[in-house]
Amino acid sequence: MFTFFLRRLGVMLLTMLCLSFVVFFFVNLEPNLRKLATFQTEMRASDQDKENWLQRNGYRDNYLVQFGRWMGVWPKVPVIDPKTGEPVPRFRFCDEPVVPTYSGILEGDFGCSTAFRTPVSQRLPQALKATGLLMFWVMLVMVPVSLTIGVLAGMREGSRTDRTLSVTSIGSTATPEYVSGIILTIIFASWLGWLNGSAATAARRGISLYNFTLPVLTMAIYGTGYIARMTRASMVEVMTQQYIRTARLKGLSFGAVVMKHALRNALIAPFTVIMLQFPWLLTGVVVTESIFNYKGFGWLLVQAASNNDIDLLLSCGLISVLIVLLTQLISDIGYAFLNPRIRVG
Amino acid sequence: MENVGFFGVVIGLIGRLWPVWASLIIVLVVSYRYRKSLGLAGRIFDNGIGVVGLAICLFWLFTAVFANIVAPLDPRVQVAVMKNAVPGSIDPASGITFLLGGDQLARDVFSRAVYGARIVLTIAPAATMIALLVGITLGLPAGYFGGKIDQVLSFLANLVLAFPVILLFYLLVTPGIMDTPIPYAMAGVLFLFPIIFFAVLFYTRYNGRPERLYPLLAITIILGAWLYFGLVFNADPLGIVSIQPNELNIFVAVVFASSPGVFRIVRGLVMDIETRDYIAAAQTRGESPWYTMLWEILPNARGPLIVDASLRIGYTTILLGTLGFFGLGMGPESPDWGTAIKDGSQVAQLRLFVWGGLTPAVALMSFVLGLNMLADALREESMKD
Repeated sequence: MFTFFLRRLGVMLLTMLCLSFVVFFFVNLEPNLRKLATFQTEMRASDQDKENWLQRNGYRDNYLVQFGRWMGVWPKVPVIDPKTGEPVPRFRFCDEPVVPTYSGILEGDFGCSTAFRTPVSQRLPQALKATGLLMFWVMLVMVPVSLTIGVLAGMREGSRTDRTLSVTSIGSTATPEYVSGIILTIIFASWLGWLNGSAATAARRGISLYNFTLPVLTMAIYGTGYIARMTRASMVEVMTQQYIRTARLKGLSFGAVVMKHALRNALIAPFTVIMLQFPWLLTGVVVTESIFNYKGFGWLLVQAASNNDIDLLLSCGLISVLIVLLTQLISDIGYAFLNPRIRVG
Repeated sequence: MENVGFFGVVIGLIGRLWPVWASLIIVLVVSYRYRKSLGLAGRIFDNGIGVVGLAICLFWLFTAVFANIVAPLDPRVQVAVMKNAVPGSIDPASGITFLLGGDQLARDVFSRAVYGARIVLTIAPAATMIALLVGITLGLPAGYFGGKIDQVLSFLANLVLAFPVILLFYLLVTPGIMDTPIPYAMAGVLFLFPIIFFAVLFYTRYNGRPERLYPLLAITIILGAWLYFGLVFNADPLGIVSIQPNELNIFVAVVFASSPGVFRIVRGLVMDIETRDYIAAAQTRGESPWYTMLWEILPNARGPLIVDASLRIGYTTILLGTLGFFGLGMGPESPDWGTAIKDGSQVAQLRLFVWGGLTPAVALMSFVLGLNMLADALREESMKD
């Protein structure tokens, strides 16, 4: 078990390194750098000035060196103002080291957000907290509902309940967040006026049924169908097993068979599926937070990308990759724990 | 402004879509008549969900094909009086009814949804096909040979899969990236796979029969090279195949995001089928590995692959919608459903003029629903074997 865990962790770290380099490469593409330079120097600055600015701030150094600095395995050198000879920070609104130091992701320095004019570490935690809250409620709605639907549908394959619930879950997998978000807003906010079509107040004044129901529902709908279908498939398979027949022949009631014998084994596969839903939820978070104007991680990512905010986008990229890989790791380990037939060594 | 009322709108929609209904009925009746000889496709008619799914998919297919007959107006035309017009309003100048109303830029919502179908139904199936071919070409050897090839390819596939889709799109489909050679290089690599696939497919089969092999290889290479130059370099000597740089960019991003999924499925299928007796028989006959993969394993993996393809077209449609929704890649005037949903979903629009966002949203949802139902029916029918 321990070596299995270590090996998985090693692969994960390697993946992480590769992916962060890819993100780093794409974020630091020439057009993005030119935009940054135009924005940071005055608009009328000549191409030479922009080039000088980029050169001075280390954007023209070797890619690997830049990557090392960002990671924190290569010292960051302070930028020296040619006129005064004093060290100046890259951007006015963030402090930078005045002597060469190791200061990168590994040391907890996430860089400087040009869009919000503040260090990234100022914005990121609260955005993550807001999204974590959203995710928590989504999971709380989505998991029980989808498992119930899946178990009810898979209990008696081909029955009327099964048909109805299956069509419902197919329908929900065909409804991405930007569709359900719009339809729910039209019905509940514009037409009935029961709920708030914006979650902007949720971040400031705390969540309530009024401002948080729509974002949670919007996100839950798309995932529910998929998990329900996986649960149904797994339940159908379990219900055809010999031991279920034995239990029935022993004279146990159908309800007892389902609850005591089938459920436990039927829920192993959906567990993996639920964990692997996280990468999907990440896209959902971005869409939902944009629709409902909820200032969480997804909203931050959109702002970073559309404002060409290099350091913020890098940090967002790193965190989303980390979330995806961690959930994969948890799902692998959890699967090995839950399923006695799989032995790892 | 005059209005034709609710029933006027319903009748108007049914009337405008007449070529769609006509071809839908013809295709359904003819295929029902010959369902016995259609194999798996014919057995959809035994399945209620499948018939509904098929009808929805065909509906959108014919809407896309006959878009210029069905739509009363050009999707980009603006009629100033019709800004945010209520569904069913009649344009006083031309007498054209805006069946589903006007949007905030005074364009006909119905025409835009119809032309949007054309964009979505061109890109989504085409991108899915390329992704399928890329996934098959790489997944077959990974599953068949295992070992180092498998490790390297699986690692790469997992890298792409670990990338959150939305981040991938923000990095790959920005306007700036079209100044760099990256999209063209990626297109150059990805579009090579279909040519390789078909060339190897024909080569392994007709290796000993030059009279069949050479014509087929020539067709593959000429057709492939023609499309390749037209799509990757936008330099079709005949000027028929052309693609805008931003469309190419979207296309490449979508193919790139969905081919690792196909790779994983194909790899799993190969590892399963490889253990069958007929594969051992082929190996004993001394068939080459690629012959075994392409002509023994692949045909036997077609059931799950067809199901996956139809699910994947739906998934690609959703991805395209996501791109449009974030204003990535597609032009701001583009009538595709994602962009239209974005335009219609601004708070003020959604409060007062719901039809602008609702129409493309329902269109996208129904198309994906149709595909998912079709896939479900296909899966169920192919399980009965």
